[in-house]
Amino acid sequence: MAAHWSQELHRLFKQQNVRQVSFVPDAGHTALIRLCEADRELRAVRLTTEEEGIALALGAWLGGDKSVLLMQSSGVGNCINMLSMLSVCQIPLTMLVTMRGDWAEFNPWQVPMGQATEPVLEEMGVLVNRADREEDIVPLAEGALRIAYNTLRPTAVLIGQRLLGAKTFDN
Amino acid sequence: MAATGSSDKAPKLERRSVVRALLADRGDLLVIAGLGAPAWDATDAGDGPLTFPLWGGMGGATAIGLGLALAQADRRVLVLTGDGELLMGMGSLATVGVQHPRNLAVVVLDNEHYGETGMQPSHTAFGVDLAAAAKACGFPLSTIITTMDQIAALREDIHRAQGPLFAQVKIAADKLPLVLPPRDGTHLKNRFREALLGAKAHSQR
Repeated sequence: MAAHWSQELHRLFKQQNVRQVSFVPDAGHTALIRLCEADRELRAVRLTTEEEGIALALGAWLGGDKSVLLMQSSGVGNCINMLSMLSVCQIPLTMLVTMRGDWAEFNPWQVPMGQATEPVLEEMGVLVNRADREEDIVPLAEGALRIAYNTLRPTAVLIGQRLLGAKTFDN
Repeated sequence: MAATGSSDKAPKLERRSVVRALLADRGDLLVIAGLGAPAWDATDAGDGPLTFPLWGGMGGATAIGLGLALAQADRRVLVLTGDGELLMGMGSLATVGVQHPRNLAVVVLDNEHYGETGMQPSHTAFGVDLAAAAKACGFPLSTIITTMDQIAALREDIHRAQGPLFAQVKIAADKLPLVLPPRDGTHLKNRFREALLGAKAHSQR
């Protein structure tokens, strides 16, 4: 079996010289967060809200560091105003967003933000790609990182809930 | 907590004198200036490429300073911001506390008001203690400052102390003439990166 995509993403971060990885945890990012925290060459930054990660990325880039922000789709709503800075200042950043409110969602309160995630990001000037098959995650993340840092703009990869496996409270 | 709209009757410091003193002989200090009056104060004290004044992103100044301090561990970083701006991003104090960057200072110019929107009282006017919040979040150094003598000591600490350092400076709620920095974000970013990183500023690595 191929390496888990989290391992491949971690390897991609190293290859692309990413230095800061910030996150508000989500189940889908668990393995990747663990890998980044164990890596002494990366600075893993736990956030209290996702918008801190947008600001952190601006500061990191002012100081010469590439960064990635990991979050759940509900966190995208917390970032909207802060994304203005990336647009106005042409600051690169790649966000990896695990989806909720998507395929087979069981919690009705997750659906509005989940369904709004992609248009909200696009309205704020973020280039968005969506991975619905496991084999697409790493190539899309690599493309998102390259276009972000080569063309100085924020990018996001949405990782679909069908791929991740829908959370359930069924007994 | 008294709901008077003013936490203290003592005379308050004048904000531009405070900022001029803090930025005197700043050397290679890196400065993030929060939106509104702190950005105008930093400009009044002398604009330059290693000052990044914010025109938006309210609540983000501390996290910007953190990202910069982590990227530039050998340089000193000062976040100069207002009480309203800090209140909007108070969680970032916890984020800084966990990362514990030795080279970061966060100085809040606390006039207890939202100065840009009509001088409405902020939470600090009703006794909210930002310095205590910073201490509780793990800042080893956190003080409330009320005199210019303390400002001289704070300037030293910004350059030398083992941070992260937090200071809440009680200033008068004066509305001063605007002293505006450049407002083009790409210019502000490029001048900062060129001055700090040299040729690497134009590399995508």
